[in-house]
Amino acid sequence: MNGTSHEPAPILRVQGLAKRFPMPRERLFGPRPMLTAVADVSFDLTAGETLAVVGESGCGKSTVGNLVLNLLAPSAGAIAFEGEDLSHANAARWRARRRDLQLIFQDSRGALDPRLTIDRQVAEGLDIHRIGAPSDRLEKARQMLDSVGLGGHLMGRYPHELSGGQQQRAVIARALVLEPKLVVCDEPVAALDVSVQAQVVNLLQDLQRTYGLTYLFISHDLSVVRHVADRVAVMYLGRFVEVASRDALFSQPAHPYSRALIGAVPAARSRHGRRVQPVALHGEPPSPLFPPQGCALNPRCPFATDQCRQERPDLRPLPGGGFVACHHVENLL
Amino acid sequence: MSAETVASAKPEAPAPRGERFWRMPILVWLAAGFLVLVAVIATFAQVLMPYGYEDTNLLFRLKPPFWSSLSIEGHVLGTDKLGRDLLSRLLVATQVSIALALLGTLIGAVLGTVLGVLAAHYGRLVDEIVMMLVDWQAAMPFLIIALAVLAFFGNNFYLFLALMGLAGWETYARLTRGLVLSAKEQGYAVAVRALGARPWRLYVRHILPNVIGPLIVQLTLNFPQTILLETSLSFLGLGIQPPLTSLGQMLGEGRDYLLTSWWLAVIPGAVIFITTLSMSLFGDWLRTRLDPTQR
Repeated sequence: MNGTSHEPAPILRVQGLAKRFPMPRERLFGPRPMLTAVADVSFDLTAGETLAVVGESGCGKSTVGNLVLNLLAPSAGAIAFEGEDLSHANAARWRARRRDLQLIFQDSRGALDPRLTIDRQVAEGLDIHRIGAPSDRLEKARQMLDSVGLGGHLMGRYPHELSGGQQQRAVIARALVLEPKLVVCDEPVAALDVSVQAQVVNLLQDLQRTYGLTYLFISHDLSVVRHVADRVAVMYLGRFVEVASRDALFSQPAHPYSRALIGAVPAARSRHGRRVQPVALHGEPPSPLFPPQGCALNPRCPFATDQCRQERPDLRPLPGGGFVACHHVENLL
Repeated sequence: MSAETVASAKPEAPAPRGERFWRMPILVWLAAGFLVLVAVIATFAQVLMPYGYEDTNLLFRLKPPFWSSLSIEGHVLGTDKLGRDLLSRLLVATQVSIALALLGTLIGAVLGTVLGVLAAHYGRLVDEIVMMLVDWQAAMPFLIIALAVLAFFGNNFYLFLALMGLAGWETYARLTRGLVLSAKEQGYAVAVRALGARPWRLYVRHILPNVIGPLIVQLTLNFPQTILLETSLSFLGLGIQPPLTSLGQMLGEGRDYLLTSWWLAVIPGAVIFITTLSMSLFGDWLRTRLDPTQR
């Protein structure tokens, strides 16, 4: 999935990213079981595009976001931003880099300090990175709040005095006032009412056009993803199982898991009106503590063979574009 | 619909909170009133006292307070064994005891809070060491430590003050550590980190203001304990040394005359009792006030 020669250099290149969490010992001197939240995730992001990461809750998609921003230390893998390898960067270098790499949270209320007014909180990033004269910072923060639709009297409010949508706008303003290049949106609308969801999604898209932002958009909501994404990565049990352009994925998902996921959306139809043939998976996702041998999906997949039970498939390119990790994808299409 | 509810809830939301805050039970009102009185005495003792607290008058030794027919004009609470005015001594003793307890409590609070934050921030070895000290401090009867330290190093005001500060720091450390550990996982703490803030800014500007409530309550609960420690040590003759006086020292001196001039011990004892009781009552009320789960 590395960028080919005719594409522009990626703004973010992630290679072999992994995160393992040590779990409590089961016996006093027993070994520590490791929970593999993310395994061998690689992708490139081109400036200005939106890559959505979708999957069930617990599949590790939020962990990917946190690893990209170094809010969690990766167990393995390399992250390069604008060509700069950040996997060995020290804390000070990361702090300086955070100006360009920002985060928008799912829980916008929890993400705001309950004891500070929102204009002060938006101005804080400018204080931290010493952007502009100290006396102008609050003014700049207020302009940013105004441009996300929180004008006038709302600026001096405390977070609990705002509605959920307004809080999310404040969180967006706080991230964007630094004029970042890459924004990780971690389920940015999942906690909002459907009517407010649309407003916030549209706001994010407007801001992307205005500032030329690159989004890593983490979501389990396929209708939102279909609206915002350029490319989509489908994640299952800590691994990318399919990466494809939005149109390709929604019209012709290749991986059995993608087909189950997309077929489960009632309105999921291809552009030609053909219904995506849903794949019925058996049972529940296994515990990430004890991932199955071979392909992670094999106990649930109706097409699983002995090969699937023994060999783990790698992501490989498909003739029509996109990447899939499935041994039998050619036969399934 | 949601905009409507927000708008209608807005004007009346802050009012009941401020109103309810002042609706204290009568006992708490009394306690608060007494604490204000103690604060005034502690601040203005030198102005309020009718005589110098060290002025002796051997002609009027052990005179009883105003209610006795043997009392003498000008000495409302009578005199002690050296003919010193008991009221003047009581005012100064209150000042000294309160000042020691206040400084001691503050030293303990700052020390404990800083160590608690360090333990929560660094984790691992630092956490282990701090928590080991906490357990050690909590397991040792502090009066024994204080006795040993004062017996070894002799008495001196600053050493005594340092001991006051060491008493009770472990409660702040344990409390702060727990509060910070949970606050660190809150979204706003992660957000501030994601903005690129240094830990200093995170703790001073965001986490401490958010966890200060329980710490202030702990302060009000710890304060009477510090008064009692000071009075215990002074009573044992290891605290404040004459000619300076404190409530505990007055109590200790008065003990010798309990059969003949009982008021010498009972009056400072009552001041200690009522002050600590008031503080506890007020602190307890404050805790239930500030804790949203108990409201």
